[in-house]
Amino acid sequence: MAKKLMKGSEAVAEAAIQAGCHYFFGYPITPQNDIPEYMAAQLPKVGGCFLQAESEVAAINMVYGAAAAGARVMTSSSSPGVSLKQEGMSYLAGAELPCVVVNMVRGGPGLGSIQPSQGDYFQATRGGGHGDYHPIVLAPSSVQEAVDLMHDAFDLADIYRTPAMILADGIIGQMMEPVEFHEHEKRELPAKDWAATGWDPASGRPRAIVNSLYIEVDELQELNDRLQARYAIIREKESRAELYHTEGAELIICAYGTVARICKSAITILEKKGYKVGLVRPITVWPFPEKQLREVMDQPSVKKAVTVEISAGQMVEDVRLTVNGTKPVEFFGKPGSYTPTAEEIAEYIIKSMEA
Amino acid sequence: MLWTNIFAGFGGQGVLLIGQLLALAGMNEGREVSWLPSYGPEMRGGTANCSVVVSDEPIASPVLSMADCVIAMNTPSLDKFESCVNPGGKLFINSSIIEKKATRTDIDVYYVPCNEIADSLQNPKVGNMAMLGAYLEATKAVEVKSILDALLYKLGEKKAKFIPLNEEAIRLGAESIRK
Repeated sequence: MAKKLMKGSEAVAEAAIQAGCHYFFGYPITPQNDIPEYMAAQLPKVGGCFLQAESEVAAINMVYGAAAAGARVMTSSSSPGVSLKQEGMSYLAGAELPCVVVNMVRGGPGLGSIQPSQGDYFQATRGGGHGDYHPIVLAPSSVQEAVDLMHDAFDLADIYRTPAMILADGIIGQMMEPVEFHEHEKRELPAKDWAATGWDPASGRPRAIVNSLYIEVDELQELNDRLQARYAIIREKESRAELYHTEGAELIICAYGTVARICKSAITILEKKGYKVGLVRPITVWPFPEKQLREVMDQPSVKKAVTVEISAGQMVEDVRLTVNGTKPVEFFGKPGSYTPTAEEIAEYIIKSMEA
Repeated sequence: MLWTNIFAGFGGQGVLLIGQLLALAGMNEGREVSWLPSYGPEMRGGTANCSVVVSDEPIASPVLSMADCVIAMNTPSLDKFESCVNPGGKLFINSSIIEKKATRTDIDVYYVPCNEIADSLQNPKVGNMAMLGAYLEATKAVEVKSILDALLYKLGEKKAKFIPLNEEAIRLGAESIRK
């Protein structure tokens, strides 16, 4: 199929429809309005439903309803709106419902800015709402990868009966790049026999009850044990990272999303000057690719790691937990919406390596 | 081959569009491309710019702080982006409304009377295409035909009648920097 030049937000929406998502509930917020706009135009054509809810809270609860009925469903928003959805995300996790939430992250805290940011890493990877849960969080660094990860997000959500999130910065949402919508490998997905789709006493099957309230201590324990067992499998099987020029590197940059691409440009500058620098780019930020990063960091040539983020330093905590004190881990970046340039990153790395 | 470009001007001057046409044309010629708009709360009359990369290699960063080419359609854009041209790079100035001259001496500077060219075609909307014509003449980044194909794709067959007008604006823009 021919390549199309598409905005990240539109491409994500198209990818969702192609992944079989026919239900979208959302509420407008910059910089992701191209997603609901695209969905509003396209979903009726495939017999789906687009609904602009009265609020983010309403939208995520509509997602809960559609997911409970067994539908592939999504919502999208940007940081302040995603904060409003957190209660619903916790309920979805507690009720073991699959869905996809897209966050085109903008600067915070509060209403913040409408420019790109990575300040929602903690919220996304730690669960965000109340209780012990994690969504699976995928962090694309190009429009094409956003498209590919959208398919994965729906499949992973179904396989593990959990919310999945696409954590992208505003740049991915606003940028146009060529994309190809190729056939995706069909995974074997479990039957949604738990879905509440109507009950007939003659059917012989028990009523499907979708619920996240477990009043009895033992029952709640059972749910939590089930969730934690599932998270252990996800940690074991689903973590992903891209390794770039890591072999024999003396310093490892760890960055995700668009920032990782700026780091690649910084590495080009650094390599021209003779510095050996590699990049570990987490593609899943939950589960964090601990094994991949640890293997790279364990190379004798590697002296330290530098994490680069548009935040006050969030992912750097996961990098430190992974490296576990064996080598120094530094942080470069600013909170808010300031996107560092390749030159600034290179300059910091040189200072750090010469120190 | 790698071209990094910043297109900047007032909202409404069509700078985002000519950036998109370059990206589309590059893609259809088999190159790697990216188009990244600056976006803000401003609307009509505000400033707009986009970063466009056309490359034979996969594009690392689509975010540009420096560029091989800067296209300035208005004075604020020249003020903001003149310093962002890579040494040895190219700066394109819409001389119809930008009265000042470039101060850099380590780059090639092209003065393109975009509005006059558009006026000569009795259509004020094609000033951006005149600028694109000058850019293509100086860089040969993509073929003019690829740009026109991209424009037809954007306009759709119903508006195909506007292609000759745009082609003429591109030609006059190219001619303006040839002498």
